[in-house]
Amino acid sequence: MQNYSFFSLARNALSSHKNWQAAWRSPPLKEEYDVIIIGAGGHGLATAYYLAKEFGITNVAVLERGWLGGGNVARNTVTVRSNYLRDQSIPFYVKSVSLYEGLTKELNFNMMHSKRTMVDVVHNYPKMRDLRRRQLTMDIYNSTYEQITVEKVRQLIPALTGGGPGSRLPIIGGMVHKDAGVNRHDAVAWGYARAADSLGVEMHQKTGVTALLRASNGDIQGVETNKGVVKAKKVVVAVSGHTTTLTETAGLKLPLRTMNLTAFVSEPIKPIVDVIVNCSDLGFYFSQSDKGELVIGGAPDSAQSFRRDIKQHVFEDTVGAMLELFPSFKKLKLLRQWGGHLDITPDASPIMDETSVPGLYVTAGWWGGYKAIPAGGLTMAHHVAKNMPHPLMEAFTCNRFKNLDYILETGTTTAR
Amino acid sequence: MLLINCPFCKERNETEFVYGGPVGVDRPDPNAVADQEWVDFLTLVPNPTGPVFEKWWHARGCGEWFVICRDTVTHEILESPDEKS
Ligand SMILES: Cc1cc2nc3c(=O)[nH]c(=O)nc-3n(C[C@H](O)[C@H](O)[C@H](O)COP(=O)(O)OP(=O)(O)OC[C@H]3O[C@@H](n4cnc5c(N)ncnc54)[C@H](O)[C@@H]3O)c2cc1C
Ligand SMILES: [Zn+2]
Repeated sequence: MQNYSFFSLARNALSSHKNWQAAWRSPPLKEEYDVIIIGAGGHGLATAYYLAKEFGITNVAVLERGWLGGGNVARNTVTVRSNYLRDQSIPFYVKSVSLYEGLTKELNFNMMHSKRTMVDVVHNYPKMRDLRRRQLTMDIYNSTYEQITVEKVRQLIPALTGGGPGSRLPIIGGMVHKDAGVNRHDAVAWGYARAADSLGVEMHQKTGVTALLRASNGDIQGVETNKGVVKAKKVVVAVSGHTTTLTETAGLKLPLRTMNLTAFVSEPIKPIVDVIVNCSDLGFYFSQSDKGELVIGGAPDSAQSFRRDIKQHVFEDTVGAMLELFPSFKKLKLLRQWGGHLDITPDASPIMDETSVPGLYVTAGWWGGYKAIPAGGLTMAHHVAKNMPHPLMEAFTCNRFKNLDYILETGTTTAR
Repeated sequence: MLLINCPFCKERNETEFVYGGPVGVDRPDPNAVADQEWVDFLTLVPNPTGPVFEKWWHARGCGEWFVICRDTVTHEILESPDEKS
């Protein structure tokens, strides 16, 4: 792998940047691999990288229907945090946040990771009680959460001028999560892809999987693609919103439904907010990007959807809520809006498991799954390589639903 | 924004309605079926890329519950309930 450094930048400047090595190869598709990973999003690419790096499994192909890193990994609002609710979830996200913080070095790719505090703005006491309870559980796992006063909230977010005592929903306080951060989504996809490629993993773009193939004994045998059949004894489905579309071709039913989540950005402005602002009672959150744009997200569209655009009323609801608290933002011009489709389980926690089809693994139900990419990839690779779950993800089974043994995280993400 | 055809109020803006989830199998008698079937009823829903039958509630209107068939990709409403009065 060509090393990226100040010197390589200077050297390549001399040749007008015409001699950079491609970040990954595009080899011809083979007939068989040890492991096929479907979907070149964050989870698929991270799984591929850790399979090669940590477990020495390099005869791996990542099959991507569109282009690498063009799915939700490129469409999200890059909020990385570990303020979850359950004992099973928090250590997993703590691990993921810490892996993110070291990822620039690990992958020799600038993640532009910017550790910045997230502030939850709270408007009602039941919510505050619930967040305080979260704080106590998070304490056990070394994730930081701290209650602050209204004055402190306004000091941390000077632009927050609404929500005063006379308003319909006055602010009563806030919670501070210092471990949170934002980083560069393209770097995550490209960094993992480039590092996995250098270890021997193959990237195959424009290679859509149309069906999962099972042998006569029921085991997974490979996949059918638009470029023909490719065999493997282990197949990992990492296709975000399209999990059930694929697993149903193997006769497998999973408790997932797909919904549309959206975001939009403003024109770039001078630095106005240096924390991630989360106003979940009103239904919006935002942070300011390095370019100066406000990156704003809201609640999902209520019904099932496989669309990647935004509904006008979802957009208007989010903007309306934001202007209640940030009236000065009404002068902002909004530049772009988009959406993605994500699947979600009944308890809003992911499924990372080998399914009842031997050799078929899924990593799915990733609602706020960008923050989970490093730990998700590492633990999924462990499961595939060792035929047993990694301790950090062993609770996220398919079978938990059979016992109604929920890891309820509804409400800790934008999904209610 | 969807324009949803309520059987009483005809086409109204989606914002007047509350989504009630996709139509799954009929609710079995929990005492009469095996645990597995009961759990499947509770957890599995159809998730097609295409037409799906789903329940909507005209909460900010006449209060009627009804079923439409909507495409999850195009969002086109393919079937609406018959008009009532
Ligand atoms: C608007 C929005 C905001 C979000 N904000 C956050 C946030 O702030 N923090 C956070 O943690 N998470 C956030 N998320 C969620 C996060 O983006 C996803 O959970 C995560 O990216 C999903 O995992 P992935 O990266 O592997 O998915 P993707 O990048 O979607 O990867 C799946 C890939 O599979 C491919 N694929 C699909 N079907 C096939 C097929 N049949 N054959 C081959 N390839 C196929 C797709 O083309 C895609 O490239 C947000 C999501 C959205 C939409
Ligand atoms: Zn009506």
